[in-house]
Amino acid sequence: MNFTEAFLRSIPIFVGINYQSMAKKKGSATYSIPDFSQSPRIDKVGVEERVSRFQKRSIKNEAKMQGLRMALNMIDLTTLEGKDTPGKVKQMCFKAAHLHDVHPGLPTVAAVCVYPSMVATAKKEVEGTGIKVASVSTAFPSGQAPLEVKLIDTKFAVDAGADEIDMVISRGRFLSGEYNFVFDEIATIKEACGKARLKVILETGELVTLDNVRRASDIAMYAGADFIKTSTGKIQPAATMQVTYTMLEAIRDFKLKTGIQVGMKPAGGISNSKLALHNLVMVNEVLGSDWLSNEWFRFGASSLANDVLMQIMKLETGVYQSSDYFSID
Amino acid sequence: MARLEVLKTYKIYIGGAFPRTESGRYYTPKNTKGEALGNVCLSSRKDVRNAVVAARKAFGGWSERAAFNRGQILYRIGEMLEGRKAQFVEELQLQGATTAKAEKEVNAAIDRLVYYAGWCDKVSQVSGSVNPVASSHFNFSVNEPTGVVGILADQSTSLIGLVSQIAPVIAGGSTCVCIASEDLPLCAITFAEVLNSSDVPGGVVNILTGSPDEMMKPMATHMDVNAIVYAGKDATMLNSIQEFAVENLKRVRNYPQDWMDSGAQGLHYITDLMELKTTWHPIENIGGATSSY
Repeated sequence: MNFTEAFLRSIPIFVGINYQSMAKKKGSATYSIPDFSQSPRIDKVGVEERVSRFQKRSIKNEAKMQGLRMALNMIDLTTLEGKDTPGKVKQMCFKAAHLHDVHPGLPTVAAVCVYPSMVATAKKEVEGTGIKVASVSTAFPSGQAPLEVKLIDTKFAVDAGADEIDMVISRGRFLSGEYNFVFDEIATIKEACGKARLKVILETGELVTLDNVRRASDIAMYAGADFIKTSTGKIQPAATMQVTYTMLEAIRDFKLKTGIQVGMKPAGGISNSKLALHNLVMVNEVLGSDWLSNEWFRFGASSLANDVLMQIMKLETGVYQSSDYFSID
Repeated sequence: MARLEVLKTYKIYIGGAFPRTESGRYYTPKNTKGEALGNVCLSSRKDVRNAVVAARKAFGGWSERAAFNRGQILYRIGEMLEGRKAQFVEELQLQGATTAKAEKEVNAAIDRLVYYAGWCDKVSQVSGSVNPVASSHFNFSVNEPTGVVGILADQSTSLIGLVSQIAPVIAGGSTCVCIASEDLPLCAITFAEVLNSSDVPGGVVNILTGSPDEMMKPMATHMDVNAIVYAGKDATMLNSIQEFAVENLKRVRNYPQDWMDSGAQGLHYITDLMELKTTWHPIENIGGATSSY
């Protein structure tokens, strides 16, 4: 019996259901599930004010170099296009492990992120490098498919060797107020993931308000997400700092309430080093240094890696760089 | 009540916008009478960096435009300059020129733009060639724009040097980052306003004011700058530009000439900043007939 069935038997469905009676187990922790309609409201002006302060830090020289190397090591190098081929994926996997061989001693990226059909190829290519393979699933990017299809999609990726699954939530259902449906779907997919870590994509560009972002974050974490992720990269706006900040606060509150650490992955729109460093500053100041590793924080990006590399080479050589001298991923 | 005159803020021109310098610094150049010309941005290496990024971004679109369209746009710059002649004359006077000299300089600048406008769609016919080769290939050479060009403008003039250096670069399809005359910067920024209202896409021309000595190094070492044009006679400066340019084999051109001279224009100013590309295209050799190329 799944969560919704158990739920439907006890109470009729309406928005603002009392979840307090429900309990969920994750690992060794047991926690009660709150009423998501009561998720904290977000003060948009306050968030903007706070975020603008992260963007005014001056990070130079050694600190900048450390930050850039850290950012590089947190990237999920991504290709999610209809025109992806095994050849393109192989090329990207090589880039993931050999970012800029001209400069030895650079870290690799954290993971490569591909469609389920490319997982087997990617897995083979990154073998022995320590780079993880993440796969989007659940009818990415729209999520408009029946649960059975989403489960098959997920299992296919897991069986092909995916270490991480990036699922999308049903935004239409969420916006209609069917929070229990969204919760249940995430919990079901989490079960299907097995050992693979689950990242839940909220697609914040479609959630309209920061209140909704906070609520969706809460639902995802209580339903068992290992990571919450802003966007698919297919919708604008994507990972704005305002949205990421709201999600980081949700992660902080979840940790305080349940003791469980959840990771964060802003994705889409983070294309330069400066923005990446601002994000790291924000993570450090909202969540603390426990989150400053690629186990708990990732950047979903395709063009960020080269910009970070160019910045690193600028610091090394003192000369402004050109993309002509860096590999295309 | 007496009206308080509104003084113009001279800001730099990057990517089609007029930001203040990233460094927040400014300087106040004076004319020979000791009158302040205005508060002008003292740009930093980071402005150079931003300008190069803007120029690189604009390069693809600009180089792919039809040469004829580039010609139309250059002509349009000339038209707009003509319409604002009085303002330029006034600025040149403030910077120390006599009325006659100022008018002559503005006219020369307009004529130069029209001159290069005419060249745009003729460069490849005149400078390109079909080459005789001893195999069955159709072999031809054409000039292609080099990319982002750094311009250290003539320091002794405010307008004509700048215009004479920018026009051939954009006529050939390259984009540029231009460092204006340090002591005579007014016309450079007013010229940026002309560019901004002449259908020149943002980023094709970027103009910075400040110290050439300070900005030369980040520009000449920049890996994303493909050529440097230096209009000066300072051998030490030229020497260091050439040394820095080695890093990525930039073309370095030195034009120490008097830009008011009617001979200070020509096709070679355009082709100097282009790359000659030769293509070997196999052709069929039918029935023993040779290609006759």
